[in-house]
Amino acid sequence: MTPSDLVAPVPSGAPPEARPALPHSYLTEGTTLRSWLTTTDHKRIAILYAVSITVFFFIGGAAATFMRLELATPAGDVVSAETYNKLFTMHGVIMVWFFLIPSIPATLGNFLVPLMIGARDLAFPRLNLASWYLYVGGATFTIIAMIAGGVDTGWTFYAPFSTLFSNTHVIYVLAGVFVVGFSSILTGLNFIVTIHTMRAPGVHWFRLPLFVWAQYATSAILVLATPVLAMTLILLALERIAGIGIFDPALGGDPLLFQHLFWFYSHPAVYVMVLPAMGVVSEIFACFSRNPIFGYRTMAYAIIAIAVIGFLVWGHHMFVSGQSMYAGVAFSLLSFLVAIPSAVKVFNWTATLWHGRIRYDAPMLYALGFVGLFTIGGMTGLFLAALALDVHLTDTYFVIAHFHYIMVGGSVSAYLGGIHFWWPKITGRLYSDRWARFAAILLFLGFNFTFFPQYLLGIEGMPRRYHAYPPEFQTLNVLSSAGAVILALGYLLPLIYLGWSLFRGRPAPANPWNATGLEWRTSSPPPENNFDVRPEMTEPPYAYREARLGRDIVEAREGTQ
Amino acid sequence: MTLLPLPPSASTMAPRVDALFYAITATTVAVAIAVFVALIYFGVRYRAGNPVPRHEDIAEAQRRARIRVELAWTLIPLFLFLCAFAWAARLYVDRGTPPAGAMAIDVVAKQWMWEFQHADGRREINELHVPRGQPVNLVMTSQDVIHSLFVPAFRVKQDVLPGRYTDLWFTATEAGRYHLFCAEYCGTDHAGMGSGDVVVMEPAEFERWLASGARAPSAAMRGEALFRALGCSGCHGANAAVHAPNLAGLYGKPVPLSDGSTTVADERYLHDSILQPHKEIAAGYAPIMPSFAGRIGEDDVFDLIAYIRSLAPATERPR
Repeated sequence: MTPSDLVAPVPSGAPPEARPALPHSYLTEGTTLRSWLTTTDHKRIAILYAVSITVFFFIGGAAATFMRLELATPAGDVVSAETYNKLFTMHGVIMVWFFLIPSIPATLGNFLVPLMIGARDLAFPRLNLASWYLYVGGATFTIIAMIAGGVDTGWTFYAPFSTLFSNTHVIYVLAGVFVVGFSSILTGLNFIVTIHTMRAPGVHWFRLPLFVWAQYATSAILVLATPVLAMTLILLALERIAGIGIFDPALGGDPLLFQHLFWFYSHPAVYVMVLPAMGVVSEIFACFSRNPIFGYRTMAYAIIAIAVIGFLVWGHHMFVSGQSMYAGVAFSLLSFLVAIPSAVKVFNWTATLWHGRIRYDAPMLYALGFVGLFTIGGMTGLFLAALALDVHLTDTYFVIAHFHYIMVGGSVSAYLGGIHFWWPKITGRLYSDRWARFAAILLFLGFNFTFFPQYLLGIEGMPRRYHAYPPEFQTLNVLSSAGAVILALGYLLPLIYLGWSLFRGRPAPANPWNATGLEWRTSSPPPENNFDVRPEMTEPPYAYREARLGRDIVEAREGTQ
Repeated sequence: MTLLPLPPSASTMAPRVDALFYAITATTVAVAIAVFVALIYFGVRYRAGNPVPRHEDIAEAQRRARIRVELAWTLIPLFLFLCAFAWAARLYVDRGTPPAGAMAIDVVAKQWMWEFQHADGRREINELHVPRGQPVNLVMTSQDVIHSLFVPAFRVKQDVLPGRYTDLWFTATEAGRYHLFCAEYCGTDHAGMGSGDVVVMEPAEFERWLASGARAPSAAMRGEALFRALGCSGCHGANAAVHAPNLAGLYGKPVPLSDGSTTVADERYLHDSILQPHKEIAAGYAPIMPSFAGRIGEDDVFDLIAYIRSLAPATERPR
């Protein structure tokens, strides 16, 4: 059976103004709100996540908008210091826990992991739905607490400020984040069991798409690290509510203990945000260069190496914290080591283009944007791993710029690249490639415009979390705030043309990019049980050698193949 | 050299950090340019539709190429990283080792101000005067949350913690007025703790400045007065009849406990021994000390610890 036999016939050349009916699929299995809220279909749950993280992203973005507005002038004149502190706390809490951590795993991962390994669903479909309820319940509760009352501890909750000094709604936020953590743990568990037990015939470990490898490593981190966060939050709550001395020295506690526990979770959490992005980019690079990934096994091992070494570098957040000097030296060495597999990945993506037949559709532009921003973000990470430079740069805007390049520039570009790549599969519709390419370029430019000046501010010495600052920092801050306007447009545009595509887009063929991978061997959108015939994998992933100079992508998308 | 917008360079550490800064910047920029050039070159040359020769069997071609390049682009970065690590670690160890004979200045951070006290008792707030050319060691602690003292022009920064002392040393090289920031978020007016200055003066001018202001007792001096007023000296003093640990030289030393374990006489141990004396009993002593919890405040405990600390030689501080 060839792939085309699985594809439902689609009307070709239908005018875009019309609203063509889609073939029977998981989207037509039930159209009531109830059918969505009680679904156990991994594809529908992925969409529930996609909608919720989008809402939360724009709430977190609104907080950042007010911050950039405040920072346009040196004086603290737009909002009070208290409000500013609540704004950056809200921005951090929402973006880290309610957007970045679930972004790729819970949306694209949920949708694609079963499809890519040829399974009908995740191993525990009801647990998957329960995870979404935990997530959306905990996040909504936290956001209400942060908007109604506010919290001013920063997303890092450093003790003893968070336990005995802040008089904002710390306990509610701790509770909300605690609950959302269980969603992470359960999702990770679900993916691990699924990838171990539900692979279709022929899907060997070293035939798994790198996206699945990345989800697997990410899941392991979620399962191992998130419980430490949960325990840490409980300890904070115990000290705050019951006055049990754990972190505050006035009660006999140790404030550095909190930082060790917090970063033991939060550093691996950075890799939860970036490993799935690397997975997405590998899929896109292979498809649009029509080449196998250069060094597939190296790339898979690099993912595992990053996940493992990533657990051993948390102390690099604490070089000036008062931890032992010798601990600082050890953590610095390990931090340089974790940069090696990351660097190798960048080199291997670059080499994947060698002798390719490269096309620059929107997903590829986003993926190239990822590599550019991740390279800059990674390189500046080396400055922060170098002890004596970190002493000057830590807690300045250099750090802000560094992690935004990785987590926002990098991961969000990859997330949007993935959304554009699999959009035809998920929705069964095509979108305007012209608008999408424009948005990808706008995002890249807007991002650099916003965050590159922050590197310079950090080198100059501007501390983070200041709502007022000395006047010599103003020029760069104005540049950054202006760039944020362009960046915001880059984020809003996809909402418009993808929203339009959702209702008015031309129906997508089963495999619009002529891509390899089992997810393309079923109809777009897939039927509820994913595959009408259980697929079998007969060759390594990314077997693009048959491709004819990239023309095949055009033909595939136009349905003329 | 003003390619990078580095702040003024005003300490002995600053040019050493800057040299490393330029070296790492040059290396990373070179590698980033190489990556971007390769991306653009491949991207243009191998764009779809461009009729350049390509390998028929790309999988096999990649396999052969990998053997040559993958080891190279793993080992070369590793070598560069180890060089950067060693260079930076060397400076970090120097930064963490105050030179003997540095001029000690006490620093107490609190929401939201910096209090500095010079050895002769001269105090100042949110402004720190230091002489040019002399090593200065700030001995810092906090009365509430974590703060961080940051002087960009000196390229130094150190968190200031409640319940323990941290050191930050520098030797200023250029007279002038420089920013003094709080770099660790400490609550509502965190930015307000960043409006202070370090004033570097010529040594003679500094001596005149030091002699001009009013004196106040230091924390250790206040602690010594409390030590007598509260009756501590009745048991812990040199001529006391009661069998109680002698506190001279105790700070920073290991203390055997009655349960067989050993602890170190740091701020936490002294703090807890004053407020919860029955928690850890020093081996060989009867548990007869009364608790001072509720009788004295945290600031008094702070002064008492400063006094006990002043009874030990500076080299005994735990690092």
